[in-house]
Amino acid sequence: MVRKRLGSWDVLVIVVLAVVVVVSSAAVEGFASSRFWGFLLLDVIPIALIALPMTLVIITGEIDLSVASVLGLSSAVMGQLWTAGVPLPLILPLILVFGMVLGAVNGLFVTGFGLPSLAVTIGTLALYRGLAYVVLGDKAVADFPPTWTGNMIEALPGTTVPWMAATVAGLAIVFGIVLHATPVGRALYAMGNNEQAATFSGISVARTKFWLFVLTATVAALAGFFWTMRYASARADNGAGLELSVVAAVLLGGVSIFGGRGSLLGVIAGVLLLITLRNALQLADVPADTLTIVTGTLLIISVVGPNSAAMLRSRLRRRRPATTPAAGG
Amino acid sequence: MPERPEHPAALLALSGVRKSFGAVQALVDGRLELRAGEVHALVGENGAGKSTLVKVLAGVHAPDEGVVALDGEPVFFGGPADARAAGIAVIYQEPTLFPDLSVAENIFMGRQPLRSLRRIDSAAMRERTSELFARLGVRLDPDRPARGLSIADQQLVEIAKAISFDARVLVMDEPTAALSGVEVERLFAVVRSLREAGAAVLFISHRFDEVFALCQRVTVMRDGRWVSTDPTEDLTVGLVVRRMVGREVSQLFPKQETTAGDAVLRVRDLTRVGVFEKVSFDVRAGEIVALAGLVGAGRSEVVRAVFGVDRYDSGEVAVAGERLPRGRPSAAMAAGVALVPEDRRQQGLVMELSIERNATLTRRWSLSRLGLLGPRAEREDAHTWTGRLRVKAGHLADPVSTLSGGNQQKVVLAKWLSTTRRC
Repeated sequence: MVRKRLGSWDVLVIVVLAVVVVVSSAAVEGFASSRFWGFLLLDVIPIALIALPMTLVIITGEIDLSVASVLGLSSAVMGQLWTAGVPLPLILPLILVFGMVLGAVNGLFVTGFGLPSLAVTIGTLALYRGLAYVVLGDKAVADFPPTWTGNMIEALPGTTVPWMAATVAGLAIVFGIVLHATPVGRALYAMGNNEQAATFSGISVARTKFWLFVLTATVAALAGFFWTMRYASARADNGAGLELSVVAAVLLGGVSIFGGRGSLLGVIAGVLLLITLRNALQLADVPADTLTIVTGTLLIISVVGPNSAAMLRSRLRRRRPATTPAAGG
Repeated sequence: MPERPEHPAALLALSGVRKSFGAVQALVDGRLELRAGEVHALVGENGAGKSTLVKVLAGVHAPDEGVVALDGEPVFFGGPADARAAGIAVIYQEPTLFPDLSVAENIFMGRQPLRSLRRIDSAAMRERTSELFARLGVRLDPDRPARGLSIADQQLVEIAKAISFDARVLVMDEPTAALSGVEVERLFAVVRSLREAGAAVLFISHRFDEVFALCQRVTVMRDGRWVSTDPTEDLTVGLVVRRMVGREVSQLFPKQETTAGDAVLRVRDLTRVGVFEKVSFDVRAGEIVALAGLVGAGRSEVVRAVFGVDRYDSGEVAVAGERLPRGRPSAAMAAGVALVPEDRRQQGLVMELSIERNATLTRRWSLSRLGLLGPRAEREDAHTWTGRLRVKAGHLADPVSTLSGGNQQKVVLAKWLSTTRRC
């Protein structure tokens, strides 16, 4: 099953992740503590969660930049619902349905009107964040019951793994199966590589993409719920700028920005690498500006890396025969 | 008998040209020799390497091996501009002119005659265009916009442009595919006058009557290799076809006696405004129906609408009495319709995906169990079908792009034959 074409970048990311963990354990004080890892997992959760559907979206050749705004708007609506006296067990499904609606708007503009998803979701990125401020203003709703906020953060009995992390891990397995071992997954790769050939094979490209946007926003709304519970605070600016970390992690995990290529395992490794590196640097008292520089550099490497590797390979292939004298005649 | 293409009078000669794309060897041994004052036919099946050879000539592809010689001197083309500067012009099947510019502006695009202060000298441009048209013996208004010109006229504009570059070698890639009978005659008259003026014309066509009427010599290619070059008078259609295919053609299409049954596919008054209008036909069980017409007549468009890739405005499509919904290929497939599309690279295959994924792409759901699709089910199924169609493939997990053109087409067939119930 090991193929050299697929997988080489994923493997590299996993190796780099292992190196970062080993080096940091030795060099950074407190890195190896279970407390640090508990925090790290909580940081990983929102990015890993949104990265799951984002992987599918980018594999089909689209992108959704509105995810962090969906997270913020969901958080704001959640705060208002709680203030209005709606109980939390009811808020969760309401928020998920709300996320579906936000995703349907994205999906409708992209597939119904045939607009580029980059433009559409930059628009809804601003729109949804703006609505979040309309809904909640500058205030924060922070009187959520500790039983809920604690439950989400507290570890599963007998482990250091928080509840939310277990949920994300479960979802990651589901997404991995869907992407790599179902007819739907095959269709996603096909349409990401060649939309026309996918259409000619009976794949409903527009419908699939529409539901992907719905799914992405629903998961982003779930991430909004988790975010609000984790910080015990519903705010309009929750998760601002998170979309860049998500996209960076997905691309770092080896998913091609042009669509059609990537694996979920690679994305998980990409998320872990990004967050581990960032937290390790933080723990080593590296200033925040430098952290941003690291994230940006990683993003560029992840976009340039696989492409330039492919380019280099084809260059070599082109050059090799030219150096041998032309035979025969 | 085939002669070696190393004649001293060769204007342009290619020898031992080899070109691979990844693992695909598009050209293994490309040879060609064009003499001044001849129309030279290049024939071969699809995938024989004709277009790759043309692209090497045009400077689009650099050959991996081999020599291109002009007037006996080896030349190297770094790009299409080099080839053009060397006097080689290629006229494609469907030219791409700037629709909103005038004919004259199209011909002199990028090298317009200038007056003082670098202003374009339209009068000179118009005059020179008229001269070109006069030399070709065609009547076209230099000032009219290119939009609305027939494909035949667009080709003439391209030819005029080529002559304005002092092209000595003209390559025409299936120029007659989209032309009517009268237009073909006019094109031939132009080609003959070019030949008399000492140009070498390379003429690619699938129509043997044209090859034999127009060309002095014929080069046959097969599987990326040069097969033969002979004067036309030494050849017959049967001989050329045999060399193209590599065996007797009668073996290829054994005649089968069948009796046609009931109409299975019924198309009635199918209309897509501005594309096709009131198309009706039946296809009965056990028969093969041809849909004929020139390029641009709307054949592919009708078929696409029938299959559901495109929508249509009115009319109906029914399979075995059941009306198909518009614009849903999956519904057509469920009713048992399969479409092997015209463009293998764009529509038939997902080039980056593996052979097995491509071969099973149409049956992802029927091969899955409990919604899960394992690599084993795909591999076994793809193995069966690539075996039945004798696809020459190294490994089924390799990208389909590594196969030769003919074997890629077999994968497209496998993908669709496997969906039909009567196999």
